[in-house]
Amino acid sequence: MSQYRVLPGPEHFLPPAAASMGIRLPNPGEGHINGVIVPEEQAYEEAARQFLMAKVPTIFPGPLVLWAWNEKAAKKATAIKHLYETLKECVTPQQQAMLIPMPDYRPKYPKINPEVEINPNHPNLTIWHNKIDCCMFVGVHCHQANLSLKIIRGGTSCYTIAMCAQAGHEDAMLSFRDASVEKIMKLAEWVRKLKGSVTVSQFVSKSGSSN
Amino acid sequence: METTSLIGTKNKKGQVITDVRHMMFEAPRTPSFYTGSEVIKEAIRRANVDVMIAYPITPQSEAAALIGELFAEGYIKEYFRGESEFAVMSQCAGAAFGGARVFTTTAGPGTMRAMENFPMWAGARLPIQMIVTCRGINSPLSIQPDTLEISYLIQTGMLVWHAETAQDFYDWILKGYMVSEEPDVHLPLALCCDGFFVTHTKDVVNLTPADMCLPPYDPYRSPVPCMDMECPPVRMMRDPFVMKSNYISYATHASWQQEVWAAVERSRKHTIAWLDGLIETENTDADILIVSSGTAVSQGREAIRLLADEGIRVGLVKIKTIRPWPWQEIREATKNAKHIIVPEFNVAGWLAREIKASIPDSDRVVAAPHVCGGMTMPPEIIVSEIKNVLGMRDHALAGRGS
Repeated sequence: MSQYRVLPGPEHFLPPAAASMGIRLPNPGEGHINGVIVPEEQAYEEAARQFLMAKVPTIFPGPLVLWAWNEKAAKKATAIKHLYETLKECVTPQQQAMLIPMPDYRPKYPKINPEVEINPNHPNLTIWHNKIDCCMFVGVHCHQANLSLKIIRGGTSCYTIAMCAQAGHEDAMLSFRDASVEKIMKLAEWVRKLKGSVTVSQFVSKSGSSN
Repeated sequence: METTSLIGTKNKKGQVITDVRHMMFEAPRTPSFYTGSEVIKEAIRRANVDVMIAYPITPQSEAAALIGELFAEGYIKEYFRGESEFAVMSQCAGAAFGGARVFTTTAGPGTMRAMENFPMWAGARLPIQMIVTCRGINSPLSIQPDTLEISYLIQTGMLVWHAETAQDFYDWILKGYMVSEEPDVHLPLALCCDGFFVTHTKDVVNLTPADMCLPPYDPYRSPVPCMDMECPPVRMMRDPFVMKSNYISYATHASWQQEVWAAVERSRKHTIAWLDGLIETENTDADILIVSSGTAVSQGREAIRLLADEGIRVGLVKIKTIRPWPWQEIREATKNAKHIIVPEFNVAGWLAREIKASIPDSDRVVAAPHVCGGMTMPPEIIVSEIKNVLGMRDHALAGRGS
């Protein structure tokens, strides 16, 4: 088993892909936390805890759930909205839950507007600008999600969560696989369950996000 | 519609779309006496391929022509000859970008001519399958077996497997799609064999039922958008971030490359499950091991038999996949060996170099015997090499020109 751990950064000028460091993806019914395979239930609890600890917990929905290209996508979008509303209800007034879309993967030049979107080619701009210290990717194509997660790990201290509809993401600090409406709703339930039991992180790093 | 929901239904040729584990591991097999080229055709008959494009070059031309018959019979939706190998591989990319399951075949100079496309396929995460029937690539011209072209393919980001027999070839064509189309892998596969030795010789191959076929490719599980002209990777050639000169663009490109190689790593889990491991071993407690891939493994088996007749015990490691590279498995299998003999059908000895880079005490590796340019590798020259290592004089064949 690899000794490498997928931890909040800033890790390196060019951090390695976690898969190249021996981190393996979970099997069905499992998740991973920091690169260690865990039962999925444990991942729900930890993801909810990280959301509630963060000053700016943020959901980044991608094009697979932003556009109603099939019935399932529309239902997932509704579930994500529910998770966002739950987060807003469960955080303290000192925290700010956000939902910032990744509508597409086009490189944005001359400059992205980090207040309204995130882009996989330079995700750190949005993380830094909004001081996001915990984020969840959902509905992002796997290649683009891994690209973003690795860049975020390299240059920020943001805690990353992946709610992946396929096999999961070892470049996130915590990953679910086979994401469904039910799993998103279950995460919202866990957020509600842990409300009030988690202390908000006080530390703010120079990279603009805390942990 | 999800692919799993199609299991049990029929395609337009009346083949039953079958759970692949059942098809490959449980369904009855029919022994058939076929050439390697005919075996490629029979595998593709069952592979639910959408598009096949090729350009004639020996020794893959026969397989490409036979697959044309499958097109005429209605097993393949689209089939045509490109203008050159470069054109073929570009056209394969277009078809795969459009969401098709794509198959092609090439060899030797054709592989080299098309080389620019292979890192592009991998970078664009296109799960195209390409059969490489390896042959000489250098001047003076040779159409005969030689595996030098594999050494160029292994740095492209493609999966690279090296079949020993026609049976490997049959099974791995079908299983190859299952690995390369996994969303966490989603990379092209170069399925290599030693030209002529495998393609033009007949062997008994156990075939799965012809009325069963793989589920169709589901492009909606792709890790990149399917044919989105506005976004990378399709947009790469128009206004790519790689054309911008700034730190962010470079970092994105670097991260992109890392992701391709991460996908190669992820393929290990799936490949081990489908191929029953990345290597196959026999008697690894022996002091001497033959470690090789392709038909050099077959020659090694015969050398082991000849040496056993003289009371010399030699073990074997057959390497099935070059990418992903089974370095941990090779380290484990060779940990007790005093001498590691690596026979190869190429002048460069690329396989021995890979093995040396993977194990401790790499001076145990004997990068020999090497033959190339179409020469055969008589088992006696492997025997001779082993006897040389053991300090035994042997006059059977002059394997090193001595």
